[in-house]
Amino acid sequence: MASTRTDAPASDGKPAAEMPAQAAQGRLAASLKDAAVAAFLAGVLGFFFIGLRTDIEPGGLEITMRWTAWVVSILIVFGGRLALNLFVFRAQRPATGIVGAGLSGMGEALPGLGKWLMRGLFVFALVLPFFFMAAFPGKDRQFIDLAILILTYVMLGWGLNIVVGLAGLLDLGYVAFYAVGAYSFALLSQYFGFGFWMALPLAGILAAFWGIILGFPVLRLRGDYLAIVTLAFGEIIRVVLLNWYEFTGGPDGISGIPRPTFFGLEFSRGDDGFAAFFGLDYSPIHRFVYLYYIILALALITNVVTIRLRKLPIGRAWEALREDEIACRSLGINTRNTKLTAFSIGAMFGGFAGSFFATRQGFISPESFTFLESAIILAIVVLGGLGSQIGVVIAAIVTIGGIEMLRNLGFLTQIFGPGFDPVQYRMLIFGLAMVFIMVWKPRGLVSTREPSAVLKEKKRIGADMVAQGEGH
Amino acid sequence: MSGQAETLLSVRGVETYYGKIIALRGVDLEVRRGEIVTMIGANGAGKSTLMMTICGDPRARSGQIVYDGLDITEMPTHEIMRMGIAQSPEGRRIFPRMTVMENLQMGAALVDPKHFEDDLKRVFELFPRLKERLHQRGGTLSGGEQQMLAIARALMSRPKLLLLDEPSLGLAPLIVKQIFETIRELNENEGLTVFLVEQNAFHALKLAHRGYVMVNGEITMSGTGAELLSREDVRAAYLEGGRH
Repeated sequence: MASTRTDAPASDGKPAAEMPAQAAQGRLAASLKDAAVAAFLAGVLGFFFIGLRTDIEPGGLEITMRWTAWVVSILIVFGGRLALNLFVFRAQRPATGIVGAGLSGMGEALPGLGKWLMRGLFVFALVLPFFFMAAFPGKDRQFIDLAILILTYVMLGWGLNIVVGLAGLLDLGYVAFYAVGAYSFALLSQYFGFGFWMALPLAGILAAFWGIILGFPVLRLRGDYLAIVTLAFGEIIRVVLLNWYEFTGGPDGISGIPRPTFFGLEFSRGDDGFAAFFGLDYSPIHRFVYLYYIILALALITNVVTIRLRKLPIGRAWEALREDEIACRSLGINTRNTKLTAFSIGAMFGGFAGSFFATRQGFISPESFTFLESAIILAIVVLGGLGSQIGVVIAAIVTIGGIEMLRNLGFLTQIFGPGFDPVQYRMLIFGLAMVFIMVWKPRGLVSTREPSAVLKEKKRIGADMVAQGEGH
Repeated sequence: MSGQAETLLSVRGVETYYGKIIALRGVDLEVRRGEIVTMIGANGAGKSTLMMTICGDPRARSGQIVYDGLDITEMPTHEIMRMGIAQSPEGRRIFPRMTVMENLQMGAALVDPKHFEDDLKRVFELFPRLKERLHQRGGTLSGGEQQMLAIARALMSRPKLLLLDEPSLGLAPLIVKQIFETIRELNENEGLTVFLVEQNAFHALKLAHRGYVMVNGEITMSGTGAELLSREDVRAAYLEGGRH
């Protein structure tokens, strides 16, 4: 089929300017013909693969014809091929080029746009639960839950951004600190009866401690080697949690983790609950709104701390370390301490997020802390643009929200039959989206880097000056 | 110039290995306060290794390095650099994704921030080009500008001893002249002590008060810059093909 691509456009040999209308007509005819051929081939090939359905029956195979699916697939091939012909293969300006240019342009426009986007997102995040309660009364709980999930990943992304984006230490085992935070809280509550607010700082400290434990052996490693060791570290934590049955409950996990309280008030129906104290009617949504504001506050703290740290000597040292370790040492920077602080501060935020995860779920098991989680968090950081705070937010909304959106694509079952579940294809779609972003925006969605220091007046720095070259 | 001035850096019998391969075979060298000392030699002679060994990475396996009366042979690199030694490493090694301003700030990481503005003014006087490029990403500078940035970054730490590793590497002759002129100014006006490792023997020896020639990890000749320049064997080995 691809062979028809080259011969048609200029085969008649006429100068292009002479008869533009005729050329366009010829292009349409050739495109239609090509699409018809493709549809015919799809029909022939698909007749057996799509049109026939075989089921094992007692006494042989039962054959059922699936005419609708067959015709729909032919129509999709025809339409798709026609569209590709018209807009990409035979077009004077291929649509892919336009989209690519548009996507690249987006990054340059973002620094100016970014400030307003950030303010808009911030205000929206502040009022989000009330917006959902007003706009979608029946589905508010589901939407707020999704927002909580996204914010958890935003926070994890921001935490990992310190390690990977700023300090340039590729960490594939970040989920280990998430697990340490979650299990710290769960175990503290199980054995010592700690509540969420008491356990939260301890979980952060413990995770930071594990960050230093991981940091020491990998001080001399970089790049691929560092990635492998951190990957192993993540798995070690998970396997230990899985096998230390007497202490952690192994695969059974830990349940009955206490919910967070509001200055000692529980979100329960009773007389001493939150609703009764404030004279409100009891509603389970209160707890969700409260959880939402906790994670929003935690995420914002992560963001503010990161932004502040970037402007302090330690943050600049992280970035310099990412650029050139030898130069750092020759400027008198203690690279060991710099790496350890990056690991431990990143881990601490992972620990906070983990203990929030435990209190939200009420139940945790090692299954929640697989390598896939690390991969998704890392994907959020990389897709967002290493080191970019707003990029992480956008990437988290797209990836986590996108995966959830797939659950709502009910109309697809009408085309592909009732057994079709789009959620099963989420990893495929996720992967495709990543490939496309990496082709068009190889440095992530937000690839500009805001300098952390300027001389005197904060003058606007042109995007062309700070845009990332391919080489660096 | 030399003679009565006190020794700032002395290297005694230093041997350095890369694994089993010996790179420095007992090097002795002295840099006095207020001097420009150069070390010339061919590729792979061990010039850069000596410079890195002074900074503690790689470590000397035997011998002693004394700076300002203190034995720094076993000190961690970052502490050596905190004693008033600054280095502009081979290949410049500026931070490519950080702006010129941020690069300079990294250089001043160890200095009291109250000096920052003054020091910034001082390096802008030496290298006005950097002021024009202040908010540009380091990686977008030309080779000469990057070299200026590397030297400026080193100067931001207010060093007593400046180590320069091949500042002429890959630069146009005019830029090389400019950079060497700046080094001379720094030495004459501010009394900065400079230890310069170079392949560009002619310019380096013309600039330096004293010079050493290194061959195969050993120092084979030493003397004042003018002496070395006039020696036949030096001319034959390092100045063949005229004045670069």
